[in-house]
Amino acid sequence: MQSEYTLQMKNIQKDYYGNKVLKGVDLEVKPGEIHALLGENGAGKSTLMNILFGMPVIHETGGFQGEVRINGDATLIKSPEEAMKQGIGMVHQEFMLIPDFTIAENIKLNREISKQNIISQTFRRQSLEFLDNKAMNADARKSLDILGMDVGEWVKVAGLPVGHMQFVEIAREIDKEGIKLLVFDEPTAVLAESEADNLIAAMKRLAESGISILFITHRLDEVIDAANNITILRDGELVATLPKEGTNVLQLAELMVGREIEVTQKEEDTINVGSEDVVLEVKNLKVEMPGEEVKGINLNVKRGEILGIAGLAGQGKIGVANGLMGLYPSTGEVKFNGKVLDITNTHEVLENGIAFVSEDRRAVGLLLDSSIEENIMLTTMQVKGTFMKNYGFMRLLDSARVRTHANQMIEDLDIRCTGPLQPTRRLSGGNQQKVCLARALTLEPEILFVSEPTRGIDIGAKKLVLDMLVEKNKNESMTVVVTSSELAELRSVCDRIAIVAEGRLEGILSPNASDADFGLMMSGEYHKYHGTKREDA
Amino acid sequence: MGETFNNVVKKMGIPRLIISTFFVIVWILVFVKDLPAASLFSDSVRRFGMNGILVLAMVPAIHCGIGPNFALPIGIICGILGGLISIQAGVGGLGGFLLAIAIALPISVIVGWLYGIMLNKIKGSEMLVATYTGFAFVSLMSIAWIKLPFTHPEMRWPIGEGLRVTIALESTFGYILDKFLKIEIGTLRIPTGMLLFFAFMCFVMWVFSRTKAGIAMKASGDNPKFALASGINVDNYRILGTIISTSLGAIGYIVYAQSYGFIQLYQAPLMMAFPAVAAILIGGATAKTAKISHVVIGAFLFNGLLTISLPVASSFFSGGNISEVFRMIVQNGIILYALTQVGGGE
Repeated sequence: MQSEYTLQMKNIQKDYYGNKVLKGVDLEVKPGEIHALLGENGAGKSTLMNILFGMPVIHETGGFQGEVRINGDATLIKSPEEAMKQGIGMVHQEFMLIPDFTIAENIKLNREISKQNIISQTFRRQSLEFLDNKAMNADARKSLDILGMDVGEWVKVAGLPVGHMQFVEIAREIDKEGIKLLVFDEPTAVLAESEADNLIAAMKRLAESGISILFITHRLDEVIDAANNITILRDGELVATLPKEGTNVLQLAELMVGREIEVTQKEEDTINVGSEDVVLEVKNLKVEMPGEEVKGINLNVKRGEILGIAGLAGQGKIGVANGLMGLYPSTGEVKFNGKVLDITNTHEVLENGIAFVSEDRRAVGLLLDSSIEENIMLTTMQVKGTFMKNYGFMRLLDSARVRTHANQMIEDLDIRCTGPLQPTRRLSGGNQQKVCLARALTLEPEILFVSEPTRGIDIGAKKLVLDMLVEKNKNESMTVVVTSSELAELRSVCDRIAIVAEGRLEGILSPNASDADFGLMMSGEYHKYHGTKREDA
Repeated sequence: MGETFNNVVKKMGIPRLIISTFFVIVWILVFVKDLPAASLFSDSVRRFGMNGILVLAMVPAIHCGIGPNFALPIGIICGILGGLISIQAGVGGLGGFLLAIAIALPISVIVGWLYGIMLNKIKGSEMLVATYTGFAFVSLMSIAWIKLPFTHPEMRWPIGEGLRVTIALESTFGYILDKFLKIEIGTLRIPTGMLLFFAFMCFVMWVFSRTKAGIAMKASGDNPKFALASGINVDNYRILGTIISTSLGAIGYIVYAQSYGFIQLYQAPLMMAFPAVAAILIGGATAKTAKISHVVIGAFLFNGLLTISLPVASSFFSGGNISEVFRMIVQNGIILYALTQVGGGE
């Protein structure tokens, strides 16, 4: 029986350890349809795809509720292999290709066509058969032709441009027998504009041949260009399923970001419009941080404000603070209080009173096997030489001072622990974050950079951490720069929010600017849509 | 009961537990077999003192992040050079010992610095590279021992070219520390001077670990990314740790030699890193963390076990090399176990 839908997912719910990440999502894809799946980071797109592919992470955490139908038949997919058998393929964001194999060999990998020879006949083992290169090349050619790729199938993958590698990935999927549904996960993220256009043309060709396509992206104009229907997720909920006709970029942006819920918007009158007193002046900042590259940002931080840096994952927002602290190779002209600051020298930056709480708590923020007190004092001790005492001609650690200070911090920040000697590895995420903050605050900084302050910590701790940043800002007039993927959070604490898209500053918004403006800026289409120019352009 | 047992295992670690149990069993057998306990005890204390500083040399290496210093032979050879030059200079007694250290130190600082620069270029595979760097250096110096222009009759072969394989220290600084404040009751002999010197070196290392540089070095090894974010120059501290480790190797060997009574050249230093690595690991250190207490416990257990297992084993089996076989199993088994615990991450 031919069903009307290739894929139906009905009322899908999933929680991780009591934390609901999908709250009843429906998704339907018809044969030959390009269906876009839209949502911010953490909206539940990946979880939904993990369910579709039966990834172990789903089944190890108690499975999911809801129903998945493929061609109308209810199916429980328990492993990626089963998904493959059901005709569902995935085009990976990171290429999984073997550089030293030819395009054809990569396409036919693990599905090689072989022919018998004497040895294989003698031992009756298929694995001993020769490869039938001719047949394999022909098959590969067929897939490549569907995609309109004119590169020879005998070319080695090593050295191919990224766009071509992506096509080889796709060719591998469509070469599989009985492929019905292809999932493209942010396929254009790594491509140049012309390559992206080619890809979309190829997707349309594929759809015409009857394959359904699920297209995950955050580039709104591509969605409008390619998709037939659009499903938007937000915070694990289905916001809307719309046909392309009758919607537009602006509406999509609004739906993607909007929050009708209780988020405490910052009150108009508490927004610190700020003196024009610039404490940190950044010009043409470029940071080579893998995956979060910054490609030239101009930004002024005003004294006494809370500045937010927002943006989607991989767009470069994380790179800004890391680059300014000299943790990744960076260039650019930075002036701190009017004085030129060498941002490649972390020690100098810290010495000048700029502290940083890293987004990667466990890898960068903590000495996991050292005690809380050691973590708290270490940076300040190294930078300022405090916490030391003279013993004769030696200058050694002053344990008593370290202990007093740690106890003070534990009390101030409400760090839940067995005492200042507990190794930080045994603390919960929220308490680890507080230790990181304590370490930064010990430096008594003029500017505090905080990246992803609430990632992976529970709600109570989230509030505490944010409140503390606001309090430090108000009472000690500390300038705070918060980088976060949680836009709602930034809108509740910041005075201004800078939005980074594709490694550049898309613009600066007030926290109570419209949802649509935030959505457009985050997908890098604000200026395209409004016909304006970026300030630095 | 089961839980307390599990806690004990967890706290001590399985290897240390096994070795400690062995240690106790072997000592019981000493009394069962009526072997000369006092002299065996004296022997194990002496070996503990001899090897202590070589084990201590692992601490700065582990702290700064290069892992257990398998290239200890480099430091040892610097110590040998110091000793030889001191003999050549004809200074005997305590002066000779101090001169040997005074000469060995600057050499080991320079060599350690160069070696540290090299280690910074091969981050991630330090232990393997270190092993072979040590081997290569030993072989290179084997050629040097033939060609170096030492002329002292204690050192040269009576006929032919080059230095002897073993050089007696009887007439120079042999036993100089061992004799200091020596305790002798019947067959029980305690080399007080050497133990004091070892304790002093441990103290120096402990004091260093509480200086600004010492703390920065430990952070560099513990989490290089954290250290960088705290404005610490990780590469420099790795070099510093390598220099200190090499220097301790040099001093350690001179102490070892004075108690042994000989300096051994050519292939002798080749395998000397392994017992030291095994000892600190038995003491409870890992490739990433080490404390002075690990040095003391490890050096005592490992050397004690090796010293006593020989007579115990030969009282059961005829033929003498069963103890050597046993030593190899313990030593390499422990190193293997520790290496499987390295990496893997969270």
